[in-house]
Amino acid sequence: MGISISNISKSYKNVKALQDISFEVKPNELFGLIGPDGAGKTTLFRILTTLLFPDHGTATVAGFDVVGDYKEIRKNVGYMPGRFSLYQDLTVEENLNFFATIFGTTIDENYDLIKDIYVQIEPFKDRRAGKLSGGMKQKLALSCALIHKPKVLFLDEPTTGVDPVSRKEFWEMLKRLQQKGITILVSTPYMDEAALCDRVALIQDGRILQIDTPKAIVKHYPKPIYNVRSDNMYQLITNLKDYEFNHSVYPFGEFVHYTDSRTDFNPTELQHYLESKNLKNIEIHETDATIEDTFMELAK
Amino acid sequence: MKRFIGFIKKEFYHIFRDRRSLFILFGMPIAQILLFGFAITNEINNVDIAILDHSKDNTTEEIINKIAASKYFSIKQMITREADIASVFQKGQVKAVLNFEKDFSKNLIKDHKATIQVITDATDPNTANTITNYINAILQQYQKELNKDIIIAYQILPQTRMVYNPELKSVYMFVPGVMTIILMLVSAMMTSISITREKELGTMEILLVSPLRPFQVIIGKVVPYIFLSIINAVVIVMLSIFIFNMPVQGSLILLGLESVLFIITSLALGILISTISATQQTAMMISLMGLMLPVILLSGFIFPISSMPMPLQIISNIIPAKWFIIILKAIMLKGVGMQFIWKETLILLGMTVFFIALSVKKYKIRLE
Repeated sequence: MGISISNISKSYKNVKALQDISFEVKPNELFGLIGPDGAGKTTLFRILTTLLFPDHGTATVAGFDVVGDYKEIRKNVGYMPGRFSLYQDLTVEENLNFFATIFGTTIDENYDLIKDIYVQIEPFKDRRAGKLSGGMKQKLALSCALIHKPKVLFLDEPTTGVDPVSRKEFWEMLKRLQQKGITILVSTPYMDEAALCDRVALIQDGRILQIDTPKAIVKHYPKPIYNVRSDNMYQLITNLKDYEFNHSVYPFGEFVHYTDSRTDFNPTELQHYLESKNLKNIEIHETDATIEDTFMELAK
Repeated sequence: MKRFIGFIKKEFYHIFRDRRSLFILFGMPIAQILLFGFAITNEINNVDIAILDHSKDNTTEEIINKIAASKYFSIKQMITREADIASVFQKGQVKAVLNFEKDFSKNLIKDHKATIQVITDATDPNTANTITNYINAILQQYQKELNKDIIIAYQILPQTRMVYNPELKSVYMFVPGVMTIILMLVSAMMTSISITREKELGTMEILLVSPLRPFQVIIGKVVPYIFLSIINAVVIVMLSIFIFNMPVQGSLILLGLESVLFIITSLALGILISTISATQQTAMMISLMGLMLPVILLSGFIFPISSMPMPLQIISNIIPAKWFIIILKAIMLKGVGMQFIWKETLILLGMTVFFIALSVKKYKIRLE
């Protein structure tokens, strides 16, 4: 009942959106598709939800072929597109009712599935969907995608443009849905959300860079990574990039993530170099790699 | 079926919550029918004219009185010099000038012949033509009165009779045309916009990934507009009967059925437009330019088809509105039944089937 994708390719005119993509999503798995804008995430979602034909390759969703059995897939999946796609001039309740009706069910029938999510927006059920805040819109969209109890749920960048608190809540909801036996494929450009998935696929320019559990991905990062900080961050980045032994320099929150090209790297040496550049309050200590570091390393 | 009703309910919410579409649906028909009925008319009434009377005798006075007495003309001013003719036209004060020659009465008696020059402002050729005809008619009438005791050896007396619209009311001509335009516009434009809106807002993507079948989506979109267009048609017919005294000689039921057929033709066209346009704006432009203009220009609504150049006459055959206007005029003015309009009805029916088949074929069940 999961998803199986083999050798899928898709091109738009001159752009290769997807190049020979293959992976499996196990039944009842929360699978993340992580990659920047334009990586091909939405194209892959549209192929899996039977909205686009692949140029090459085959895929099945819940055991049904995306080309041949498209009618079955359309009955059995929930799809939440990247753009808010509900009726803005209908109220919260009318939207939910509409989607329940067209899937041949009612709100009452599957209420327990959406209850956790819907109670949060129920106080606003007479409000037009267009007048909801970003977080509430996403909750409503998720409720609408779930109302027919889908076997597989496709969420295309559900947290883009949503505030951090709502994002966190949203992921907690996904975890609970997973416990109810729904297979979930979710895409996001936020690397920090990747850690919340069972497994993730890193995707860029239509190619899969790596597929593994978030922990394994981080563990396989090839080099020790250092948090570097000083009083002048901008100058620090410039100086690090000029440093002859640098392997990678990426700003990361209040620190700069630095890796060295040598195997016998000594942080004190770097400290001296930075001091010679008149930087003050320099801090250098080793840290754990994140998914983002892995992604940058793989995408290099 | 439940799905289908749910879908239609949603469509009604959309229509009734959007003031703009409500206005187009109900404001426009009433405004248009009143505008066409009252403001736009081919008849002339109280046209201002000027008189240049060089002889000022009994005969000219009698003629002038006759003209002044008719409801068509009112004498705005008397001028005295030839040079003034140009200036009154330039000022736009009058539409026509009557120029009586010198010694009009004397010439008439002595030579049995006198001339009046009728000068009209032909910036509006139709009005100029009508004015000339009306003045001619008044003069001939007067001439007849003068000759009533004399028997002319050979006489041809045309007896004209205008059937179906004896008073030559232009509203009889406009009502079928306006009804056609409104039904076409409301049905085609509104459906094409409402389908493309789903595409533009991305909701079509969700509708596609649902068990709803394409024909359910299309019919669901169309049914509300069939209802609303029927209401519109009823409003238009009522307005024309009660405000403009337009007769409906034929069967009202037949009129209703033919209107429903034309509404469905227009809706099918609307669906077809929505399958080829990606945004609401494109759909609106295609509906306006692609439907409105041909309907106004080539349907025989304003310009008679028989006087068009051959290529345009041929093109006019593919315009559904042409056939519907013929049907409407036949039912409303001539009072005929199905046996006289079955050909036109069949053509409309054929077009409808063609449009529906084409749009079902072109309707995409995927995004590409």
